[in-house]
Formats: sequence, structure tokens, C-alpha cells
Amino acid sequence: MESSVVTPPPPAPPESKVPTKAVEGSATWSLVDRLGLAFCWFLGLLFCAIAAAIVIYLLIQGIKFLKLSELTTPAAAGFTEGESGGFSDAFVGTLILGVMGISMALPIGVAIAVWLVEYGRPRALARITEMTIEAIAGIPSIVLALFGTVIFTSTALGFLSRSNEGVVFGRSFFAASSMLALEALPLVVASTREGLNAIPRHVREASYAVGKTKAATTRRILLPTARPQIATGGMLGLGRIIGDTAIIVVLLGATQNFSPVEGAPFPLDYLRGAGTSLTNFVYEASPTGNLNQPQKAYAAAFVLLLMVLALNAATDLVHRRARKVGTWSH
Amino acid sequence: MESLAPDTAPSAPPPIRRLDPQDPTPAQEAVPTTATSFVAAKRSIAAPQFSIRRMEVDRVSIHYGAKAAVKGVSLPIRQGEVLALIGPSGCGKTTLLRSLNRLTELTAAARLSGSIRLDDVDIRLIEPTLLRRRVTMVFQQPNPFPMSVFDNIAYVLREQGSRRVRKKALEPQVHSALARAGLFEEVKDNLKHPALKLSGGQQQRLCIARALAAEPEVLLLDEPCSALDPQSTAVIEDLIVRLRDDVAVVIVTHNLQQAYRIADHVAFMYLGDLVEYNSATRLFNSPTQQRTAEYVSGAFG
Ligand SMILES: Nc1ncnc2c1ncn2[C@@H]1O[C@H](COP(=O)(O)OP(=O)(O)OP(=O)(O)O)[C@@H](O)[C@H]1O
Ligand SMILES: [Mg+2]
Repeated sequence: MESSVVTPPPPAPPESKVPTKAVEGSATWSLVDRLGLAFCWFLGLLFCAIAAAIVIYLLIQGIKFLKLSELTTPAAAGFTEGESGGFSDAFVGTLILGVMGISMALPIGVAIAVWLVEYGRPRALARITEMTIEAIAGIPSIVLALFGTVIFTSTALGFLSRSNEGVVFGRSFFAASSMLALEALPLVVASTREGLNAIPRHVREASYAVGKTKAATTRRILLPTARPQIATGGMLGLGRIIGDTAIIVVLLGATQNFSPVEGAPFPLDYLRGAGTSLTNFVYEASPTGNLNQPQKAYAAAFVLLLMVLALNAATDLVHRRARKVGTWSH
Repeated sequence: MESLAPDTAPSAPPPIRRLDPQDPTPAQEAVPTTATSFVAAKRSIAAPQFSIRRMEVDRVSIHYGAKAAVKGVSLPIRQGEVLALIGPSGCGKTTLLRSLNRLTELTAAARLSGSIRLDDVDIRLIEPTLLRRRVTMVFQQPNPFPMSVFDNIAYVLREQGSRRVRKKALEPQVHSALARAGLFEEVKDNLKHPALKLSGGQQQRLCIARALAAEPEVLLLDEPCSALDPQSTAVIEDLIVRLRDDVAVVIVTHNLQQAYRIADHVAFMYLGDLVEYNSATRLFNSPTQQRTAEYVSGAFG
């Protein structure tokens, strides 16, 4: 650059490399800013590398050790990896927990969010609800699990698990999925609230202004508009549910198989009984666990990873579809 | 403001707001108290054929907590005419407009005194959802619902949240609402088009169609053209004038030219007071109030 700032027109650039576009140069940046930018780049790349390493490592290990038979055969007692069967009960267990947990967390969470955003009265009650949800979000899952044992071993709730001579066992799919739902609830509430809050006030009023009630507006306008965020909340919640270990260890049982309650009708016998999940299986099969079958731990972890990636892809799809509908200008 | 009054500073001519740069007419020498330097395009509308009194605003005051937003306003609202509410920002136009279909009640702090009557019935006695189908509203920002053009209208036609009535059965009504809002020709080939992907002007006409689908007696418009380009604005202005025989139209606008072009009566509000209610030609060309003269001359606001 020439030293003069304003007056002379800039000299014509050399023919060889005519710039097609003027860009902001970092030459004017201070050293701190430049270092900061470099640091951000470094961190970004570092985290990409870590994530890629985990996925690739699990992918390789998973493909190496995962056999389809493992998804269809239950775990069995045995001394070698060959004799000890697969982890079908854990796989199905995770599916059951996911379905049960989210089908409790989603409707309740959406209802709470609608009440908080659209009604929120009396104020004091709304504030307390908000604080409670935040508190639940902050409670470690092992504490929730412990709390769950207190609830589900009470005689009144004996019908949700196995009871023996008046002693309630307290471990069952019902018990575990309820506490898992509680764990997922804050995610659903937060995401739904965000979705509802993003809808401008005048859109609600436009619906009221053609004689619609609050209920009709919520059902036909607000909830459909917030669908992507509700879906995100559901996916996040589901991810939390299938990824949790503490609640499953404490409230579902340490066995690697289903143990249905005798005498109960079909689905209930399994749901009232103890069981396992993929996370529990990975924990037990890892080198430090009781089973010590690291190859199967990798295989199960790989399945878990695939499920989480599928969830992310599904969330993405919902958002992409929502973008086709468009949004208000501000 | 005071210095502009002729008795205190007779030599100072009122500021001139000229929109037509070709107009060579100089400012008048001696300005009578009520004359204005308002220069507008020709009024594009004929005098109303008839006018029927539909609503009656009677000494209405509206407070937000301790703050008075509207102070003792009385106005008639007539079918066959367009009524424009004008005035500087924050003078209570929106507040007054929203009170006409009880939307102000959604603001917890708002308190209304006085009475508003629709066909001689106090609107407080009319169930709000029924009232809001008889007095519908279009907002400043185009706000179609995030669904198809067809569904936007169908939603209004159906009972509350129900989806029982089939689309086929609603088709004639949807088409006629779109046609009344002058949108049908543009969208008829694809009524499934997402409403939020229409242009701003089309969106606003869809909102008008939506408001008309309820078959209202009164149509409220709060600065409906403020987010639109001049061409879309002209289309909507034509539409509003055409609607005045079927519904009583009340429009809030900051665009004095617009008020002059399309309104039959104009109400000028200032700090919550109704300063002057008059026919458009009178209010803009020979207002009875000093404040009106100043405002329409562009002295403030
Ligand atoms: N929800 C509210 N709560 C408290 N005060 C309000 C509320 N809405 C409006 N006001 C006050 O009432 C007064 C009138 O507001 P209003 O929106 O009716 O003005 P307006 O004439 O429509 O203004 P503009 O031309 O800028 O739209 C303003 O002083 C405003 O601050
Ligand atoms: Mg306003």
C-alpha cells in the first residue's frame, strides 16, 4: 500500500492477478485478536479430531466385532466370548426404555411448556414450576435413581415391579423408564418453550382476531409451528434416555437378561420385571466390568452410537422440512 | 410548536411538505389559522354512496396501569366509509383500534372505561370469539399462519380447532375470500403454496382475505402497508376502498397521503386525545384545530 490515504486513485493492479472481490484483511487486526482467532481455529479442529477419532475408532471396532447374531441372541453364562451369547436383551431393553421414557416425557413436557408460555398464571406457580424443572435438569442421574428406589419400593407401587411377601423389589422397566422420563423432561420443556417463544405475539393475536380460542390457536397454530423444536427436545431427551447408565443400574437390575414376573399377562410381565440396556451391557462388558468381554462392549457401544447418530439425522430432517414452510420476517 | 402559531410569530411561514416536485405553487402569503400546507395527490375515490352507523365509540378511555393511552374518545364507525386514524407515534391509535374487538383485554394491565357499541349492543356483552369474528383485524406485520394459502383461509372457516369440514366443501368460500382480497388470480394455480413464501404484499392480502373469510361487519387495519413497497400499497389501497360498501373499514396509518387518498373520515389523535374528527377533505385542507393543521403540514410527528 502507498502511504497516502485519501487523494490519489489506487494504482491499477498488475494484470496477472486481478482480484475479483475485495476482502477484509487481517493485517489491521491486533496481535491479541489474531492469536484469539488462531486459538479458536485450533480448538475447533481439535474437537473435530476428537469426535472423528471416537467415531472412527468405534466404527472399526464395531465392524470388527459386531455380528448380527449378537442382536438376536440373549446373553448367556459362559467363560469365553464365544460361549456367552449376544446382547439382544440389552438391545431390546434400550428400545423399550426409549419408547416408554419418551412417551411419558414428550406429552408431559410439551404440556408444561405450553402452560408456562401461553398461560403462566398464577405467576408464583409458574415461577416455582420453572425452578423445579431447572432443578431436575441439574440433578445427577444417580441421585434421581436413588430417589426412584424410594418411590418404587413403596408398597403402593408394588404393582409396577416384582414383590415378594410384601417386600417390593422396585426394579422394573416401569421404574427405570419413569425416572428416565424425568431426566428427559427438562430437555423437552426447554426446547418446546424456545419454539413457542420464537412465535411472534402478533401471530397469536391474528388467530384470536378471527375469533379463535386459545385452545384452538395452540392446537392448530402454535404447536405445529413449534414442531421442529419439540422434535429436537424429543430427540435430545431420547438421547439422554438411551445414554443413561446410573438409573438403569439402580432401577432396572444388574442382570443381563429379561426376568419377567411370573403370572402377569404378556407385556406387563416383562415391563414389571428387571432387565438391562445397551449402556448397562457396555458397562458390565467393559474390561473393568463383571463380564469383561471388551469385544462385545465395543459391538454394543457401536450399536448405541448408531442409534444416537440416527437421532441426530432425524432431528435434522424435521428442521429441514420446517424450513420449507418459511417463517415471519422478524 | 408555539413559534409556528401565526399570532406569536407572524413572519414565520409554516413548513411546507411538498411531495410533487413539479408543483411550482409558492407558499401562500397570509395563512389563516386553520389552513394547511398539506399537499396531496388527488383523492382517488368517489364520495360514499351511503353510510350506515355500525360501531359507536363512546367516551372511551384506556389506561395501561397508571398511564392513560386513550382519553375520552368518541367516534362513529360507519359501513360505506373508510375511517382513518392518524396521529404521531404513541398517541394511542393501535390501543383504540385493538379495543374495538377486545384485543386489549389480552394485555393484563389495560383498563377500559366508557363504552363501545356494535349495532347498539355493548361489546362487553358479546362473547369475545363471536365479537372477533364480527370485527376482524389485520396487523402491521404480514402474519400468515405457517401453512398453505388454502389452509390459512380454511382455518378461519372451520369451527375453532376442528378439522371436520372437508377441504372440498370449503373450496367455494376459500376462493371467494381470496377473490375479495384480490389475491385469487395470483395464487389460484397453487393453493398449496406455503403462505410464508408469498411476497410481502401477497402475504398482507392473504391476511386481509383471512380477516374477510369470517364475514365481518367491521375490518380493522393497523398500518397494513407500512412494511410494503409502493406498488403493493396501491393494490391494497384500491382493495380497501372497494371493501367499504360491504364492511366498515377502520385503518390506522402514518402515511397522511394514504389517509387522504382512501379515507372518507379521518380522526386525528394526539397524546391519547381525539383532537379532530372530520371528513378527509376538511381535515386535511381546512382543519378546525391548530394542532391538526400543524400535524398535517408536517410540523411534527
Ligand atoms: N402493552 C402495553 N403496556 C403498557 N403501555 C402500552 C402498551 N401498549 C401501548 N402502551 C402505551 O400506550 C401508548 C399508546 O400506544 P399505541 O401503541 O396505541 O400508540 P400508536 O398510536 O399505535 O403508536 P404507533 O404509531 O407508534 O404505532 C404509548 O404511550 C405506549 O407506550
Ligand atoms: Mg400502532
